[in-house]
Amino acid sequence: MTAPFTIYQPEGEQPATPKQVPHRGGAANPSAAAIAAKFPGAVVRSHVMWGETTCVVERAKLHDIVQWLRDDAAQCYEYLSDVTAVEYRDLAQPIEVVWHLRSIKHRRFIRLKVELAKTAALEVPSIVDLYTGADWLERECFDMFGIKFAGHPDLRRILLWEQFQEGHPLRKDFPLRGRLSRSQQLTNALSANPEARYSMEELSIADAFEELPLDMRARLKGDSRTGE
Amino acid sequence: MATKRTIEVELSTTGLDREGRPQRVPLMADGGGTAVAYEAPPALEPDLGGEHMLINIGPQHPATHGVLRLVLELDGETVVRCIPHIGYLHCGFEKIGEYRQYNQIIPWTDREDYLNCIGNNIAFSLGAERLFGIEITPRCTVLRVIAMELSRIASHLVWMGTTGIDIGAYTPFLWSFQERENIYNLLEGWFGARLTTSGSRVGGMAADIPEKWLEGLQGFIRTFPKTLDECDRMLTKNGIWVGRTIGLGVMSPEEAMNYGLSGPMIRASGVAYDVRRDFPYLDYETYDFDVPVGNQGDVYDRYLVRMEEMRQSIRILEQAVKRLPDGPVNVDDPRLILPPKHKATSEMESMIHHFKNVMEGPRPPIGETYVAVEAPKGEKGYYFVSDGTSKPARWRIRPPSFVNLSAIPRMVEGHLLSDVIAINASIDIVMGEIDR
Repeated sequence: MTAPFTIYQPEGEQPATPKQVPHRGGAANPSAAAIAAKFPGAVVRSHVMWGETTCVVERAKLHDIVQWLRDDAAQCYEYLSDVTAVEYRDLAQPIEVVWHLRSIKHRRFIRLKVELAKTAALEVPSIVDLYTGADWLERECFDMFGIKFAGHPDLRRILLWEQFQEGHPLRKDFPLRGRLSRSQQLTNALSANPEARYSMEELSIADAFEELPLDMRARLKGDSRTGE
Repeated sequence: MATKRTIEVELSTTGLDREGRPQRVPLMADGGGTAVAYEAPPALEPDLGGEHMLINIGPQHPATHGVLRLVLELDGETVVRCIPHIGYLHCGFEKIGEYRQYNQIIPWTDREDYLNCIGNNIAFSLGAERLFGIEITPRCTVLRVIAMELSRIASHLVWMGTTGIDIGAYTPFLWSFQERENIYNLLEGWFGARLTTSGSRVGGMAADIPEKWLEGLQGFIRTFPKTLDECDRMLTKNGIWVGRTIGLGVMSPEEAMNYGLSGPMIRASGVAYDVRRDFPYLDYETYDFDVPVGNQGDVYDRYLVRMEEMRQSIRILEQAVKRLPDGPVNVDDPRLILPPKHKATSEMESMIHHFKNVMEGPRPPIGETYVAVEAPKGEKGYYFVSDGTSKPARWRIRPPSFVNLSAIPRMVEGHLLSDVIAINASIDIVMGEIDR
């Protein structure tokens, strides 16, 4: 009988735990320069902080850059670690959407950022078509920050319920205890229709949509599904 | 992935041979009584012509390992579509973290992946230390490795036990929880808490290990492999276990990578991605351990990979005990570390120092960092953004279970309803971490 699993045999030089990492400066990830060379004008700025390379890129070019990073043999960023967003306490600063990409083959890590001014629509291109794992991460980012990912096939709330009307909780203007009082939250919870637990997709599978009360049909059908 | 897999199965039953010893009787035998190999059944094609049924599992269902809710569209007994719903445990850890100082967040990290509390504490501290730009002491590094590997074993034991119950093997659950008790006794001796340890601090640990603690650990290292071998004998060639896990929820290496799976999930699929090896921290590159990699990517492979990982954790523990150096545990940095209690109550300067550190909190420089560790479930990352105040402007948890669970609609497609339970168990989800 053959061995049920194999033991990974690492080749070449093995990476070591980073020591004495400087705050700013240090060796930059070569991919940052490669992006700037491949997409002239797309990189707003890039810097190295605590040994991690960050590239702030133009929103319109993001999808192309990520696709190139994934497919180019010299880059090979095949693993998407995380998609998230940052809003600063200084409300004048733009909201940043952050992508953490890893190249397991070359053992590299890069952070891509897109800055979104609060005056315009909060919208960035979705990369679900490149990394299926971005599906839930983008939905969570939308749920928590209200950032729209253009091209996402099913952008709806994930951690909060679909009829949540109070906004997006990780925004800095959202109070820590929520917008409604405890008693109001309790009243809302008790008066909620239990049928609303099913999503539109599920109701259409079960042919149950027509049996719902009229007001709920209107709410589920309308844009209020996404809480906007 | 195309190769057909056969496992030779056997199972002890209560038969006795002539000398009164228990004899091993194969569960599946031919006419002559010899064991026969078990082959995975061919994948089922859903019959799309039939009437479909909608079935709701959870959120209060013991086999969903928490408050997970799955809505399944069934064709007969075959799953056509699976729509997961999460968020029943959402309490906004990341939002709360923006209102807490760094050391005050550590108790919150206990409560996300509550099977790996000390591992989360340490991962959080590693991230915060990078943000503060400090290097921990050699003794602290080794102590953290010991704590993390103990916690990995504890988490995998829960996985093995509960998955066994889901699939129908009750005994490994009792054995694994007995061993977990030993680990919790060790952690209790060290931190004073069993489950929610809150054991690390930015710049060190809450406490050094007490006297004679290492003897207890060595006892565990000595006895635990025996229990593990017992469970191995009980399950690995067990006909029921093999029959209920083999060929289920197969993810190819490309798919696993594309879905962003991590931990035992991606390694069972044949991708050798281990954060300890590829992006090391805590000097893991100096330890001698193997990274097991599955070759089929099914539930059975995830079981094999987790079993081997527990053995490798024991190897790491043995090496760590041998190399544990003497010296201080906490860094010598007055920005972060509180003065000793007897000084804080007797000297004015120390009291002011204590007061300032507790009330105002240490302030890291402006910056951001993403630090990931290999948690039992996969790549656990903490992303900090500091605006120079004592509280993070953004604290993000990269939950491995969350990303792993997002692949469940793909994994259960075309399998039977009863296999959904086995596949869901194989992901090793902790809802506290998914919903945060």
